[in-house]
Amino acid sequence: MATTTLGRRGEAVPARLKGRHRVNLTALLYLSPWLVGFTVFFVYPLIATVYFSFQRYDLFTLEPVGLLNYKYFFQDGAAWTSIRNTLWLVVVMVPLRLLFALGVAQLVTKLKAGVGFFRTIFYLPSLVPLVAGTLGFVYLLNPGTGPVPTILSALGLPSPDWFGDPSWSKPGLTLLALWSVGDLMVIFLAALLDVPKQLYEAASLDGAGAWQQFYHVTLPVIRPVLTFAAVTGVIQTLQYFTQAMVAARVASGSTDSAGSVFTPGYPDQSTLTFPELLFQQGFRDFAMGYACVLALLLFAVSMIFTLVLLRQFRGLDEEAV
Amino acid sequence: MRTRLLLVAAGLAVLSAAACTAGTESAPAIPSAGSTPDQKPVTITMWHGFSADNELKAFDDALAGFKQKYPWITVKTTKAIQDDQIIQSARGGNPPDVAMSFTTDSVATFCKTGIFQDLKPFLAASKIDESIFPKVIAEYTQYQGNRCVMPMLADSYGLYYNKKLMKGEQPPKTLSELAALTKKLTVRAADGTIKVAGFVPHSQMYENAPIHTGTMVGAKWTNPDGTSAVASDPAWKQLMTWQKDLVDWFGYDKLEKFRKSMGDEWSADNPFMKGKVAMAIDGEWRNAMIAADAKDLDYGTAPIPVADDKPQLYGGGFIAGTVVGIPRGAKNPEAAWDLVKYLTTDTDAVVNLSNALRNVPSTLPALQSPKLDKDPNFQTFLDIFANPSSATLPAQLNSVFNQQTLQEAQIKWESGRAPDLDALLADVDKKINDKLKLTSGN
Repeated sequence: MATTTLGRRGEAVPARLKGRHRVNLTALLYLSPWLVGFTVFFVYPLIATVYFSFQRYDLFTLEPVGLLNYKYFFQDGAAWTSIRNTLWLVVVMVPLRLLFALGVAQLVTKLKAGVGFFRTIFYLPSLVPLVAGTLGFVYLLNPGTGPVPTILSALGLPSPDWFGDPSWSKPGLTLLALWSVGDLMVIFLAALLDVPKQLYEAASLDGAGAWQQFYHVTLPVIRPVLTFAAVTGVIQTLQYFTQAMVAARVASGSTDSAGSVFTPGYPDQSTLTFPELLFQQGFRDFAMGYACVLALLLFAVSMIFTLVLLRQFRGLDEEAV
Repeated sequence: MRTRLLLVAAGLAVLSAAACTAGTESAPAIPSAGSTPDQKPVTITMWHGFSADNELKAFDDALAGFKQKYPWITVKTTKAIQDDQIIQSARGGNPPDVAMSFTTDSVATFCKTGIFQDLKPFLAASKIDESIFPKVIAEYTQYQGNRCVMPMLADSYGLYYNKKLMKGEQPPKTLSELAALTKKLTVRAADGTIKVAGFVPHSQMYENAPIHTGTMVGAKWTNPDGTSAVASDPAWKQLMTWQKDLVDWFGYDKLEKFRKSMGDEWSADNPFMKGKVAMAIDGEWRNAMIAADAKDLDYGTAPIPVADDKPQLYGGGFIAGTVVGIPRGAKNPEAAWDLVKYLTTDTDAVVNLSNALRNVPSTLPALQSPKLDKDPNFQTFLDIFANPSSATLPAQLNSVFNQQTLQEAQIKWESGRAPDLDALLADVDKKINDKLKLTSGN
């Protein structure tokens, strides 16, 4: 039998409801650290970013400007160049990284001896700090003093100015990304080693060749890992910053001194990525309102890819069920 | 429930309002002639950009001189500070009492946003005659009538030449002389590779940025209304055409290969100090570096060559310098002004700093002081500093963006990747003007 008690205004409150209310409050209390963090570090910044995108904001003064920042986006050539560059990296660099990592992992699984050695060798570059790795790469490929062009020249072969020629700068960054593919390789290696051997044996008995085994056995089993690697790779590439910034600075010869102007994206904005542009607008030119427009766009695109990721996984889960 | 929602909404509104107004309150400037000895002892904080041992020693010596003159003021310093740290501290409401910036590119932002206080009331209260500064300095220490920083030492740019590599030739005075001498002094290997360059003409060479080379042709950056003058001033086209002709003579790829084989600009491997380049544009500080790292180098200095049709420009050059000011929100503005005043207007202090750092003193009395260490090579830069043809990049919003935009166009033009110079310069104008509209509404 449900007992009743009087509420604040004198209405009767069922005891069961009161208990549920208490449970809800307890749950809220337990959730509160996350709720506070989510509100302070996500909801509030997101609302503030939308608000500032309609303002002229230099970190000190605010002035409402309506849609000016959004209009500027459509006429800003650098923004479109940075979008093209970022998409180029997404379309070319991400698949190449996946293919290369998968190829290396597949090779390592086939080794009869020295597996540990080769796994370490292929993994090590991914431990090198981004800045150091990029500096090393630009040095290796420097047309004036770099060992690679020197060797190619000694062999009578031409060598491009990798980070000084706009048509070679993005392939140069891609080479750098392939060199440090060890993190992906290790994930793929674990996935490949998880494929049940009896499946290969069954396929072999059915007369399947190496390619057929890979296509019909390996790929379906490692598909969740591939999907995860592809989508996180895309999201990481949408945020591509450090390597492009360092490579451009070193290749341009710019020194961080008064009167010396560094041009991010050197040469000819060919390595200018979207996050670089956002950083420049916000923290160098103090066009914070416009930087907020760029940030919102980056957020929207990243969200779309995240939704794709979630959908893919949901689809895989349903298949598994 | 409704009450709770209201509370949440109110909380968010307060948070939003707090964020929107963060750092917008203006600290009251106290126009005074400085502190007085009868005051209690006070400790002030100062942020500066010096980091090298010799620089730190020179600056500590300068502060020791200040302590002698103002014994009731103690200065606590923080080294190796950059502009973004100053901006963040002012925004956070906890700035130092005095801050120094090595670049003049941020001055317009500093003054417009009030990050640094207007010093005119302090100057008036201290009865400082601003004619002690060369006229050009006013252009980079104030913005739209707000003088928010003071000059503390200056840099001027000239031509360094290696006497051995010059083979008895005199330093050129015009661009056509410079081009002819470059061709004469350049040494190539059998395959055309450059072994020694007479002069590296393109904008990517260390100090060949357009702000420095623009003075060779008297080029203007802005129109009186603040919009870009890059396309409308024929001087930029004149400079870039001259540079392109010489780059083509070298061959862009060969010149780039040569440039990329050079050592670091700020190290002992600098190509001028290593005898790889016969002539180079550089600042007065190179004298000190040569004295430290290339003692045996037999070199001379001269003003930079100028356009053949503008001989009146000869003797001048580009000028900029270090600036110092009082951030808004400084806790001890009176004592801070004492320090700024001392570092920027006290003749002995300026001379001592100049002698120690081998920078150009930024006041005319210091320039004429008998205590100033001079030698013929350093004297060239003192003369350039005092020359009325010398120019600077006036304080302007988006200063770095504007320079970057022009330099990107220069690189495209020099490399041959953009063949239409007029269209290129018109595009530079458009980008600079669009950006100005975005950031200032003008």
